[in-house]
Amino acid sequence: MSLISDVIQSTVAVVKGMKRTLSEIPREKWTVQYPEQPVTVQPRYRGQHLLHVDEAGKEKCVACYLCAAACPSDCIYIEAETDPRPYADRVGRDERYAKVYNIDYGRCIFCGFCVEACPKDAITHGYNFEISVYNRTDLLKTKDDLLITKQKQSKNYRVALSTEDVDSEFKEV
Amino acid sequence: MATAVENLQTGVDVMDSALESQMTLSMGPQHPSTHGVLRLDLRLDGELVIKAIPDIGYLHTGMEKLFEYKKYQQGIVITDRMDYLNPLGNNLAYVMAAEKLLGLEIPERAQVIRVLMCELQRIASHMVWFGTSCLDMGAMTPFWFTFKEREKILNIIESASGGRMTPSYFRIGGLMMDLPAGFENRVKQFLEGFPDALNTFDTLITGNTIWQSRTQGIGVISKEDAIDWGLTGPSLRGSGVGLDLRRANPYTGYETYDFDVPVENDGDVWSRFLVRMRELRESHKIVKQALERLKPGPIKADAPKVVLPDRDDMRKHMDSLIHHFLIVAEGFNVPAGEVYHAIEASKGELGVYMKSNGGPKPERVHFRGPSFVNLSALPVMAEGEMIADVVAIIGSLDIVLGEIDR
Repeated sequence: MSLISDVIQSTVAVVKGMKRTLSEIPREKWTVQYPEQPVTVQPRYRGQHLLHVDEAGKEKCVACYLCAAACPSDCIYIEAETDPRPYADRVGRDERYAKVYNIDYGRCIFCGFCVEACPKDAITHGYNFEISVYNRTDLLKTKDDLLITKQKQSKNYRVALSTEDVDSEFKEV
Repeated sequence: MATAVENLQTGVDVMDSALESQMTLSMGPQHPSTHGVLRLDLRLDGELVIKAIPDIGYLHTGMEKLFEYKKYQQGIVITDRMDYLNPLGNNLAYVMAAEKLLGLEIPERAQVIRVLMCELQRIASHMVWFGTSCLDMGAMTPFWFTFKEREKILNIIESASGGRMTPSYFRIGGLMMDLPAGFENRVKQFLEGFPDALNTFDTLITGNTIWQSRTQGIGVISKEDAIDWGLTGPSLRGSGVGLDLRRANPYTGYETYDFDVPVENDGDVWSRFLVRMRELRESHKIVKQALERLKPGPIKADAPKVVLPDRDDMRKHMDSLIHHFLIVAEGFNVPAGEVYHAIEASKGELGVYMKSNGGPKPERVHFRGPSFVNLSALPVMAEGEMIADVVAIIGSLDIVLGEIDR
Protein backbone atom coordinates (compact mmCIF):
# COMPACT_ATOMS: atom_id res chain seq x y z
CA MET A 1 0.00 0.00 0.00
CA SER A 2 2.71 2.41 1.02
CA LEU A 3 4.59 1.70 -2.20
CA ILE A 4 1.58 2.70 -4.26
CA SER A 5 1.00 5.86 -2.28
CA ASP A 6 4.74 6.66 -2.56
CA VAL A 7 4.57 6.31 -6.32
CA ILE A 8 1.45 8.47 -6.52
CA GLN A 9 2.90 11.17 -4.26
CA SER A 10 6.18 11.26 -6.18
CA THR A 11 4.33 11.49 -9.48
CA VAL A 12 2.26 14.38 -8.15
CA ALA A 13 5.47 16.13 -7.03
CA VAL A 14 7.04 15.71 -10.46
CA VAL A 15 3.89 16.92 -12.24
CA LYS A 16 3.70 19.97 -9.95
CA GLY A 17 7.33 20.82 -10.66
CA MET A 18 6.95 20.31 -14.40
CA LYS A 19 3.90 22.56 -14.44
CA ARG A 20 5.99 25.39 -12.97
CA THR A 21 8.87 24.67 -15.33
CA LEU A 22 6.69 24.60 -18.44
CA SER A 23 4.97 27.85 -17.46
CA GLU A 24 8.37 29.45 -17.90
CA ILE A 25 8.43 28.80 -21.68
CA PRO A 26 6.25 31.71 -22.89
CA ARG A 27 8.01 34.19 -20.58
CA GLU A 28 10.79 36.50 -21.68
CA LYS A 29 14.24 34.96 -21.76
CA TRP A 30 16.70 36.03 -19.11
CA THR A 31 19.76 34.52 -20.74
CA VAL A 32 21.95 36.39 -23.22
CA GLN A 33 23.36 34.70 -26.30
CA TYR A 34 26.89 36.02 -25.84
CA PRO A 35 28.83 36.71 -28.08
CA GLU A 36 26.08 36.95 -30.71
CA GLN A 37 24.23 39.35 -28.43
CA PRO A 38 26.08 42.03 -26.49
CA VAL A 39 26.31 41.81 -22.71
CA THR A 40 25.13 44.82 -20.74
CA VAL A 41 27.58 46.14 -18.19
CA GLN A 42 26.84 48.74 -15.53
CA PRO A 43 28.41 52.21 -15.78
CA ARG A 44 30.73 51.49 -12.85
CA TYR A 45 31.91 48.19 -14.25
CA ARG A 46 35.64 47.64 -13.81
CA GLY A 47 37.19 46.38 -17.03
CA GLN A 48 40.46 46.98 -18.81
CA HIS A 49 41.99 50.35 -17.91
CA LEU A 50 41.93 53.45 -20.05
CA LEU A 51 44.66 56.09 -19.97
CA HIS A 52 43.00 59.40 -20.67
CA VAL A 53 44.08 62.38 -22.74
CA ASP A 54 42.94 66.01 -22.70
CA GLU A 55 41.14 67.89 -25.50
CA ALA A 56 44.36 68.36 -27.46
CA GLY A 57 45.25 64.70 -27.18
CA LYS A 58 47.93 65.18 -24.49
CA GLU A 59 48.22 62.47 -21.87
CA LYS A 60 46.85 63.42 -18.48
CA CYS A 61 49.19 61.20 -16.47
CA VAL A 62 51.91 63.03 -14.55
CA ALA A 63 53.67 59.87 -13.33
CA CYS A 64 53.10 60.51 -9.64
CA TYR A 65 53.21 56.76 -8.88
CA LEU A 66 50.10 56.92 -6.70
CA CYS A 67 48.34 54.20 -8.70
CA ALA A 68 51.38 51.97 -8.35
CA ALA A 69 51.45 52.64 -4.61
CA ALA A 70 47.74 51.94 -4.21
CA CYS A 71 47.82 48.73 -6.24
CA PRO A 72 47.41 45.69 -3.96
CA SER A 73 48.84 43.33 -6.57
CA ASP A 74 51.79 45.47 -7.72
CA CYS A 75 50.85 45.21 -11.36
CA ILE A 76 51.60 48.78 -12.46
CA TYR A 77 55.06 49.78 -13.63
CA ILE A 78 55.87 53.41 -14.43
CA GLU A 79 58.96 55.25 -15.62
CA ALA A 80 58.70 59.02 -15.30
CA GLU A 81 60.36 61.59 -17.54
CA THR A 82 60.37 65.37 -17.81
CA ASP A 83 59.66 67.01 -21.13
CA PRO A 84 60.59 70.73 -21.05
CA ARG A 85 59.26 71.49 -24.53
CA PRO A 86 56.21 73.77 -24.96
CA TYR A 87 52.71 72.33 -24.62
CA ALA A 88 52.13 71.91 -28.34
CA ASP A 89 55.15 69.66 -28.83
CA ARG A 90 55.11 67.43 -25.80
CA VAL A 91 53.42 64.13 -25.08
CA GLY A 92 51.80 64.93 -21.79
CA ARG A 93 49.58 67.73 -20.61
CA ASP A 94 52.13 68.60 -17.94
CA GLU A 95 55.89 68.63 -18.22
CA ARG A 96 56.24 65.43 -16.25
CA TYR A 97 54.82 62.39 -17.94
CA ALA A 98 55.04 58.62 -17.90
CA LYS A 99 57.53 57.42 -20.48
CA VAL A 100 56.63 53.82 -19.68
CA TYR A 101 53.27 52.81 -18.29
CA ASN A 102 52.74 49.07 -18.08
CA ILE A 103 49.94 47.10 -16.51
CA ASP A 104 50.43 43.39 -16.08
CA TYR A 105 47.01 41.84 -16.55
CA GLY A 106 48.37 38.56 -15.30
CA ARG A 107 48.46 40.24 -11.90
CA CYS A 108 45.72 42.88 -12.05
CA ILE A 109 42.67 42.04 -9.93
CA PHE A 110 40.43 44.90 -11.14
CA CYS A 111 39.87 46.33 -7.67
CA GLY A 112 39.70 49.95 -8.80
CA PHE A 113 42.19 51.25 -6.23
CA CYS A 114 44.38 52.86 -8.93
CA VAL A 115 41.38 54.76 -10.27
CA GLU A 116 40.48 55.86 -6.75
CA ALA A 117 44.07 56.98 -6.15
CA CYS A 118 44.66 58.96 -9.35
CA PRO A 119 44.59 62.68 -8.54
CA LYS A 120 44.48 63.69 -12.22
CA ASP A 121 41.69 61.37 -13.46
CA ALA A 122 44.24 60.01 -15.87
CA ILE A 123 43.39 56.35 -15.37
CA THR A 124 39.91 54.85 -15.23
CA HIS A 125 38.46 51.45 -15.78
CA GLY A 126 37.06 50.85 -19.22
CA TYR A 127 34.43 48.27 -20.02
CA ASN A 128 36.46 45.77 -21.98
CA PHE A 129 36.56 42.42 -20.25
CA GLU A 130 37.73 40.37 -23.21
CA ILE A 131 41.44 40.40 -22.47
CA SER A 132 42.21 36.70 -22.80
CA VAL A 133 45.31 35.95 -24.84
CA TYR A 134 47.05 32.83 -26.07
CA ASN A 135 50.48 33.95 -24.93
CA ARG A 136 51.22 34.89 -21.36
CA THR A 137 53.56 37.74 -22.29
CA ASP A 138 50.71 39.39 -24.18
CA LEU A 139 49.04 40.07 -20.85
CA LEU A 140 51.56 42.81 -20.24
CA LYS A 141 49.87 45.85 -21.70
CA THR A 142 51.96 48.89 -22.49
CA LYS A 143 50.92 52.51 -22.87
CA ASP A 144 50.17 51.90 -26.54
CA ASP A 145 47.51 49.33 -25.60
CA LEU A 146 46.05 51.33 -22.77
CA LEU A 147 45.67 54.85 -24.18
CA ILE A 148 42.05 55.70 -24.84
CA THR A 149 42.94 56.81 -28.36
CA LYS A 150 44.43 53.42 -29.17
CA GLN A 151 41.75 51.13 -27.73
CA LYS A 152 39.16 49.63 -29.98
CA GLN A 153 35.69 49.08 -28.58
CA SER A 154 34.37 45.57 -28.81
CA LYS A 155 30.84 45.00 -30.08
CA ASN A 156 30.30 42.32 -27.45
CA TYR A 157 29.20 44.60 -24.68
CA ARG A 158 27.15 47.69 -24.22
CA VAL A 159 27.05 50.01 -21.26
CA ALA A 160 23.82 50.80 -19.49
CA LEU A 161 24.30 54.55 -19.67
CA SER A 162 21.12 56.15 -18.41
CA THR A 163 19.16 55.07 -15.37
CA GLU A 164 16.15 54.24 -17.56
CA ASP A 165 18.38 51.98 -19.55
CA VAL A 166 19.54 50.28 -16.39
CA ASP A 167 16.03 50.02 -15.05
CA SER A 168 14.78 48.39 -18.22
CA GLU A 169 17.35 45.68 -17.58
CA PHE A 170 15.64 44.98 -14.31
CA LYS A 171 12.08 44.69 -15.47
CA GLU A 172 10.42 41.63 -14.10
CA VAL A 173 10.29 38.79 -16.59
CA MET B 1 51.64 12.31 22.22
CA ALA B 2 52.88 8.86 21.39
CA THR B 3 50.10 7.19 23.36
CA ALA B 4 47.50 9.26 21.58
CA VAL B 5 48.79 8.10 18.22
CA GLU B 6 48.87 4.52 19.46
CA ASN B 7 45.33 4.72 20.73
CA LEU B 8 44.19 6.07 17.41
CA GLN B 9 45.97 3.28 15.59
CA THR B 10 44.56 0.55 17.77
CA GLY B 11 41.12 2.06 17.41
CA VAL B 12 41.38 1.81 13.64
CA ASP B 13 42.70 -1.74 13.94
CA VAL B 14 39.73 -2.81 15.99
CA MET B 15 37.39 -1.35 13.40
CA ASP B 16 39.31 -3.04 10.59
CA SER B 17 39.05 -6.47 12.13
CA ALA B 18 35.38 -6.09 12.95
CA LEU B 19 34.43 -5.15 9.42
CA GLU B 20 36.35 -7.14 6.91
CA SER B 21 34.42 -5.77 3.99
CA GLN B 22 35.56 -2.22 4.76
CA MET B 23 37.05 -0.21 1.96
CA THR B 24 38.38 3.32 1.61
CA LEU B 25 37.01 5.60 -1.07
CA SER B 26 38.58 8.88 -1.98
CA MET B 27 35.83 11.31 -2.91
CA GLY B 28 37.10 14.43 -4.57
CA PRO B 29 38.97 16.75 -4.86
CA GLN B 30 37.46 17.05 -8.32
CA HIS B 31 34.06 15.68 -7.38
CA PRO B 32 31.53 18.36 -8.36
CA SER B 33 29.32 17.90 -5.31
CA THR B 34 32.13 18.69 -2.88
CA HIS B 35 31.67 22.35 -3.84
CA GLY B 36 35.24 22.99 -4.80
CA VAL B 37 38.39 21.11 -4.04
CA LEU B 38 37.45 19.15 -0.95
CA ARG B 39 38.62 15.56 -0.68
CA LEU B 40 36.77 13.16 1.57
CA ASP B 41 38.39 10.03 2.83
CA LEU B 42 35.39 7.74 3.16
CA ARG B 43 35.64 4.45 5.05
CA LEU B 44 32.83 2.33 3.71
CA ASP B 45 31.10 -0.88 4.53
CA GLY B 46 29.16 -1.46 1.37
CA GLU B 47 27.35 1.80 0.90
CA LEU B 48 27.41 2.64 4.58
CA VAL B 49 29.81 5.35 5.70
CA ILE B 50 31.73 4.28 8.80
CA LYS B 51 33.97 7.31 8.87
CA ALA B 52 34.31 10.42 6.74
CA ILE B 53 37.52 12.39 7.04
CA PRO B 54 37.65 15.72 5.22
CA ASP B 55 41.00 16.48 3.63
CA ILE B 56 41.46 20.17 2.95
CA GLY B 57 44.23 22.43 1.75
CA TYR B 58 43.98 22.05 -2.02
CA LEU B 59 43.06 25.70 -2.39
CA HIS B 60 45.50 27.11 0.15
CA THR B 61 46.78 30.46 -1.07
CA GLY B 62 48.34 31.95 2.04
CA MET B 63 45.87 34.83 2.24
CA GLU B 64 46.29 35.42 5.96
CA LYS B 65 50.03 35.84 5.51
CA LEU B 66 49.40 38.18 2.59
CA PHE B 67 47.56 40.60 4.87
CA GLU B 68 50.82 41.26 6.72
CA TYR B 69 52.39 42.66 3.57
CA LYS B 70 49.51 44.90 2.54
CA LYS B 71 48.36 48.20 3.92
CA TYR B 72 45.11 48.10 5.84
CA GLN B 73 43.01 49.42 2.96
CA GLN B 74 44.65 47.03 0.49
CA GLY B 75 43.60 44.05 2.58
CA ILE B 76 39.98 44.60 1.61
CA VAL B 77 40.51 43.09 -1.83
CA ILE B 78 41.91 39.90 -0.33
CA THR B 79 38.80 39.34 1.77
CA ASP B 80 36.67 39.32 -1.41
CA ARG B 81 38.38 36.17 -2.52
CA MET B 82 37.90 34.10 0.61
CA ASP B 83 34.21 33.35 0.76
CA TYR B 84 33.56 34.29 -2.83
CA LEU B 85 29.81 33.84 -2.48
CA ASN B 86 29.59 36.40 0.29
CA PRO B 87 32.31 38.96 -0.52
CA LEU B 88 30.50 41.94 1.00
CA GLY B 89 30.13 40.10 4.29
CA ASN B 90 33.87 39.48 4.33
CA ASN B 91 34.53 43.12 3.49
CA LEU B 92 32.31 44.17 6.37
CA ALA B 93 33.99 41.92 8.93
CA TYR B 94 37.43 43.14 7.92
CA VAL B 95 36.70 46.86 7.78
CA MET B 96 34.76 46.73 11.03
CA ALA B 97 37.68 45.11 12.81
CA ALA B 98 39.97 47.89 11.58
CA GLU B 99 37.38 50.50 12.50
CA LYS B 100 37.20 49.05 15.99
CA LEU B 101 40.94 49.52 16.38
CA LEU B 102 40.77 53.04 15.00
CA GLY B 103 37.68 53.93 17.01
CA LEU B 104 35.84 55.33 14.00
CA GLU B 105 32.24 56.45 14.04
CA ILE B 106 30.42 55.47 10.84
CA PRO B 107 27.65 57.77 9.58
CA GLU B 108 24.06 56.56 9.49
CA ARG B 109 23.73 56.36 5.71
CA ALA B 110 26.85 54.27 5.33
CA GLN B 111 25.58 51.87 7.97
CA VAL B 112 22.20 51.50 6.28
CA ILE B 113 23.86 50.87 2.92
CA ARG B 114 26.12 48.28 4.52
CA VAL B 115 23.16 46.43 5.97
CA LEU B 116 21.28 46.64 2.67
CA MET B 117 24.16 45.35 0.59
CA CYS B 118 25.06 42.60 3.07
CA GLU B 119 21.51 41.30 3.15
CA LEU B 120 21.31 41.33 -0.65
CA GLN B 121 24.57 39.43 -0.66
CA ARG B 122 23.18 36.95 1.85
CA ILE B 123 20.25 36.30 -0.47
CA ALA B 124 22.65 35.82 -3.39
CA SER B 125 24.77 33.45 -1.32
CA HIS B 126 21.75 31.42 -0.23
CA MET B 127 20.60 31.31 -3.85
CA VAL B 128 23.83 29.58 -4.83
CA TRP B 129 23.54 27.22 -1.87
CA PHE B 130 19.94 26.38 -2.79
CA GLY B 131 20.68 25.86 -6.46
CA THR B 132 23.77 23.77 -5.98
CA SER B 133 22.53 21.64 -3.10
CA CYS B 134 19.46 20.75 -5.18
CA LEU B 135 21.70 20.08 -8.15
CA ASP B 136 23.83 17.74 -6.02
CA MET B 137 20.78 15.65 -5.28
CA GLY B 138 19.61 15.52 -8.86
CA ALA B 139 17.07 18.36 -8.95
CA MET B 140 18.36 20.47 -11.78
CA THR B 141 15.50 22.87 -12.44
CA PRO B 142 15.73 25.05 -9.28
CA PHE B 143 19.33 25.84 -10.17
CA TRP B 144 18.28 27.94 -13.17
CA PHE B 145 15.65 29.82 -11.18
CA THR B 146 18.04 30.60 -8.34
CA PHE B 147 20.73 31.82 -10.67
CA LYS B 148 18.26 34.17 -12.29
CA GLU B 149 17.58 35.79 -8.91
CA ARG B 150 21.27 35.84 -8.14
CA GLU B 151 21.97 37.53 -11.47
CA LYS B 152 19.62 40.35 -10.51
CA ILE B 153 21.45 40.85 -7.22
CA LEU B 154 24.85 40.71 -8.88
CA ASN B 155 23.67 43.40 -11.31
CA ILE B 156 22.61 45.55 -8.36
CA ILE B 157 25.96 45.04 -6.65
CA GLU B 158 27.75 45.71 -9.93
CA SER B 159 25.86 48.95 -10.41
CA ALA B 160 27.01 50.19 -6.99
CA SER B 161 30.54 48.87 -6.79
CA GLY B 162 31.64 47.96 -10.31
CA GLY B 163 32.43 44.37 -9.43
CA ARG B 164 30.17 41.37 -9.53
CA MET B 165 32.00 38.69 -7.58
CA THR B 166 34.69 40.94 -6.12
CA PRO B 167 32.96 44.19 -5.20
CA SER B 168 35.38 45.57 -2.53
CA TYR B 169 32.65 48.08 -1.85
CA PHE B 170 33.29 48.86 1.79
CA ARG B 171 36.22 50.97 2.92
CA ILE B 172 37.71 51.48 6.34
CA GLY B 173 35.62 54.39 7.56
CA GLY B 174 32.77 54.19 5.06
CA LEU B 175 32.08 53.19 1.49
CA MET B 176 33.90 53.34 -1.81
CA MET B 177 31.28 55.57 -3.45
CA ASP B 178 27.75 56.64 -2.86
CA LEU B 179 24.97 54.65 -4.49
CA PRO B 180 24.33 55.37 -8.18
CA ALA B 181 21.21 57.14 -9.42
CA GLY B 182 18.22 54.86 -9.74
CA PHE B 183 19.64 52.35 -7.29
CA GLU B 184 16.60 52.35 -5.03
CA ASN B 185 14.29 51.61 -7.95
CA ARG B 186 16.40 48.67 -8.95
CA VAL B 187 16.33 47.20 -5.46
CA LYS B 188 12.61 47.83 -5.26
CA GLN B 189 12.05 46.00 -8.52
CA PHE B 190 14.04 43.08 -7.23
CA LEU B 191 12.16 43.05 -3.92
CA GLU B 192 8.82 43.03 -5.69
CA GLY B 193 9.69 39.98 -7.74
CA PHE B 194 11.49 38.05 -5.04
CA PRO B 195 8.59 36.64 -2.97
CA ASP B 196 7.24 35.21 -6.22
CA ALA B 197 10.54 33.45 -6.80
CA LEU B 198 10.49 32.12 -3.24
CA ASN B 199 7.05 30.69 -3.84
CA THR B 200 8.42 29.02 -6.95
CA PHE B 201 11.17 27.41 -4.91
CA ASP B 202 8.62 26.21 -2.39
CA THR B 203 6.51 24.72 -5.19
CA LEU B 204 9.47 23.02 -6.78
CA ILE B 205 11.36 21.80 -3.74
CA THR B 206 10.03 22.50 -0.24
CA GLY B 207 6.65 20.91 -0.81
CA ASN B 208 8.13 18.12 -2.89
CA THR B 209 7.68 14.64 -1.39
CA ILE B 210 10.77 13.28 -3.08
CA TRP B 211 12.87 16.08 -1.63
CA GLN B 212 11.43 15.66 1.84
CA SER B 213 12.06 11.93 2.00
CA ARG B 214 15.54 12.52 0.66
CA THR B 215 16.50 15.00 3.39
CA GLN B 216 14.48 14.21 6.50
CA GLY B 217 16.41 12.35 9.17
CA ILE B 218 19.68 12.56 7.22
CA GLY B 219 22.88 13.92 8.75
CA VAL B 220 21.48 14.48 12.20
CA ILE B 221 23.56 16.43 14.68
CA SER B 222 22.22 16.98 18.18
CA LYS B 223 22.00 20.33 19.89
CA GLU B 224 24.84 19.47 22.28
CA ASP B 225 27.07 18.16 19.51
CA ALA B 226 26.38 21.20 17.37
CA ILE B 227 27.49 23.49 20.20
CA ASP B 228 30.50 21.32 21.02
CA TRP B 229 31.68 21.31 17.42
CA GLY B 230 31.34 25.08 17.24
CA LEU B 231 28.75 25.17 14.48
CA THR B 232 27.37 28.60 13.71
CA GLY B 233 24.86 30.14 11.37
CA PRO B 234 22.02 28.20 9.77
CA SER B 235 23.78 24.89 10.46
CA LEU B 236 23.55 25.60 14.20
CA ARG B 237 20.04 27.03 14.06
CA GLY B 238 18.92 23.85 12.31
CA SER B 239 19.79 22.00 15.52
CA GLY B 240 17.59 24.13 17.71
CA VAL B 241 20.02 26.78 18.98
CA GLY B 242 18.77 30.25 18.17
CA LEU B 243 22.13 31.99 18.02
CA ASP B 244 22.33 34.76 15.47
CA LEU B 245 25.05 37.37 15.91
CA ARG B 246 22.83 39.99 14.35
CA ARG B 247 20.62 39.48 17.38
CA ALA B 248 23.10 38.30 20.03
CA ASN B 249 25.84 40.82 19.33
CA PRO B 250 24.42 43.46 17.00
CA TYR B 251 26.61 45.52 14.68
CA THR B 252 25.91 48.24 12.06
CA GLY B 253 22.55 48.88 13.71
CA TYR B 254 21.00 45.42 13.29
CA GLU B 255 19.34 45.85 16.70
CA THR B 256 17.02 48.44 15.16
CA TYR B 257 15.72 46.15 12.40
CA ASP B 258 12.69 44.00 12.80
CA PHE B 259 13.39 40.41 11.81
CA ASP B 260 13.02 36.90 13.18
CA VAL B 261 15.70 34.30 13.75
CA PRO B 262 14.38 31.06 12.25
CA VAL B 263 15.14 27.95 14.31
CA GLU B 264 14.40 24.29 13.57
CA ASN B 265 14.88 21.52 16.09
CA ASP B 266 15.58 18.28 14.21
CA GLY B 267 19.21 18.94 13.28
CA ASP B 268 18.97 17.10 9.97
CA VAL B 269 19.49 18.23 6.39
CA TRP B 270 15.81 19.11 6.11
CA SER B 271 15.98 21.42 9.18
CA ARG B 272 19.02 23.25 7.89
CA PHE B 273 17.27 23.58 4.56
CA LEU B 274 14.15 25.07 6.18
CA VAL B 275 16.19 27.51 8.27
CA ARG B 276 17.89 28.90 5.19
CA MET B 277 14.65 29.10 3.24
CA ARG B 278 13.02 31.08 6.04
CA GLU B 279 16.12 33.23 6.38
CA LEU B 280 15.65 34.34 2.78
CA ARG B 281 12.30 35.86 3.73
CA GLU B 282 13.87 37.56 6.75
CA SER B 283 16.64 39.04 4.61
CA HIS B 284 14.00 40.26 2.21
CA LYS B 285 12.33 41.98 5.16
CA ILE B 286 15.57 43.61 6.31
CA VAL B 287 16.41 44.91 2.82
CA LYS B 288 12.94 46.43 2.63
CA GLN B 289 13.41 48.22 5.96
CA ALA B 290 16.90 49.40 5.04
CA LEU B 291 15.58 50.82 1.79
CA GLU B 292 13.04 52.89 3.70
CA ARG B 293 15.74 54.25 5.98
CA LEU B 294 17.96 55.39 3.12
CA LYS B 295 18.28 59.12 3.72
CA PRO B 296 20.83 61.46 2.12
CA GLY B 297 23.90 62.07 4.22
CA PRO B 298 27.63 61.50 4.42
CA ILE B 299 28.95 58.05 3.56
CA LYS B 300 32.40 58.43 5.05
CA ALA B 301 33.53 58.92 8.63
CA ASP B 302 34.92 62.26 9.67
CA ALA B 303 38.54 61.18 9.89
CA PRO B 304 40.69 62.99 7.30
CA LYS B 305 43.81 61.01 8.21
CA VAL B 306 42.16 57.65 7.52
CA VAL B 307 39.40 58.17 4.99
CA LEU B 308 40.12 59.37 1.46
CA PRO B 309 38.69 62.86 0.86
CA ASP B 310 35.91 63.43 -1.65
CA ARG B 311 37.24 63.71 -5.17
CA ASP B 312 35.96 67.24 -5.74
CA ASP B 313 37.47 68.33 -2.47
CA MET B 314 40.75 66.70 -3.39
CA ARG B 315 40.94 68.58 -6.70
CA LYS B 316 40.22 71.97 -5.13
CA HIS B 317 41.96 71.98 -1.76
CA MET B 318 45.65 71.50 -1.17
CA ASP B 319 45.31 70.00 2.31
CA SER B 320 42.86 67.39 1.03
CA LEU B 321 45.27 66.55 -1.76
CA ILE B 322 48.09 66.11 0.75
CA HIS B 323 45.94 63.79 2.87
CA HIS B 324 44.97 61.90 -0.27
CA PHE B 325 48.63 61.40 -1.20
CA LEU B 326 49.63 60.34 2.29
CA ILE B 327 46.80 57.87 2.75
CA VAL B 328 47.30 56.24 -0.66
CA ALA B 329 51.10 56.20 -0.68
CA GLU B 330 51.90 55.50 2.96
CA GLY B 331 48.67 54.25 4.44
CA PHE B 332 47.45 55.26 7.86
CA ASN B 333 48.75 54.20 11.22
CA VAL B 334 46.42 52.10 13.29
CA PRO B 335 46.86 52.25 17.08
CA ALA B 336 48.61 49.24 18.54
CA GLY B 337 46.35 46.60 20.00
CA GLU B 338 44.38 43.55 19.10
CA VAL B 339 40.73 43.13 18.37
CA TYR B 340 38.24 40.42 17.48
CA HIS B 341 35.15 41.32 15.56
CA ALA B 342 32.57 38.82 14.43
CA ILE B 343 29.63 39.21 12.09
CA GLU B 344 26.88 36.88 10.99
CA ALA B 345 27.93 35.99 7.46
CA SER B 346 25.65 33.93 5.24
CA LYS B 347 27.27 30.73 6.49
CA GLY B 348 27.78 31.53 10.15
CA GLU B 349 30.03 33.47 12.44
CA LEU B 350 32.77 35.18 10.46
CA GLY B 351 35.29 36.55 12.90
CA VAL B 352 38.33 38.69 12.24
CA TYR B 353 41.16 38.76 14.71
CA MET B 354 43.40 41.70 13.96
CA LYS B 355 46.61 42.66 15.69
CA SER B 356 48.26 45.98 15.07
CA ASN B 357 51.69 47.16 16.15
CA GLY B 358 50.98 50.77 15.34
CA GLY B 359 52.13 50.80 11.72
CA PRO B 360 50.28 51.03 8.42
CA LYS B 361 50.28 47.25 7.99
CA PRO B 362 48.65 44.74 10.34
CA GLU B 363 50.93 42.46 12.30
CA ARG B 364 48.51 39.58 12.03
CA VAL B 365 45.04 39.07 10.59
CA HIS B 366 43.29 35.83 11.30
CA PHE B 367 39.87 34.78 10.07
CA ARG B 368 37.52 32.50 11.91
CA GLY B 369 35.74 31.11 8.90
CA PRO B 370 32.29 29.60 9.35
CA SER B 371 32.74 27.05 6.55
CA PHE B 372 35.92 25.68 8.11
CA VAL B 373 34.36 25.09 11.50
CA ASN B 374 31.10 23.79 10.07
CA LEU B 375 32.96 21.31 7.87
CA SER B 376 34.79 19.93 10.90
CA ALA B 377 31.48 18.50 12.12
CA LEU B 378 30.97 16.53 8.90
CA PRO B 379 32.38 13.26 10.34
CA VAL B 380 29.76 13.38 13.12
CA MET B 381 26.93 13.95 10.67
CA ALA B 382 28.06 11.50 8.01
CA GLU B 383 28.71 8.54 10.28
CA GLY B 384 26.24 5.74 9.60
CA GLU B 385 24.76 7.37 6.50
CA MET B 386 24.84 6.23 2.87
CA ILE B 387 27.37 7.62 0.37
CA ALA B 388 24.66 9.48 -1.51
CA ASP B 389 23.62 11.18 1.73
CA VAL B 390 27.12 12.51 2.31
CA VAL B 391 26.53 14.67 -0.75
CA ALA B 392 23.28 15.93 0.78
CA ILE B 393 25.04 16.71 4.06
CA ILE B 394 27.83 18.67 2.39
CA GLY B 395 25.20 20.60 0.48
CA SER B 396 23.32 21.39 3.68
CA LEU B 397 26.47 22.74 5.34
CA ASP B 398 26.92 25.32 2.57
CA ILE B 399 30.70 25.32 2.52
CA VAL B 400 32.97 27.42 0.36
CA LEU B 401 36.43 25.99 -0.06
CA GLY B 402 38.00 29.34 -0.80
CA GLU B 403 37.23 30.29 2.76
CA ILE B 404 38.18 26.97 4.33
CA ASP B 405 41.68 26.92 2.90
CA ARG B 406 42.28 30.66 2.69
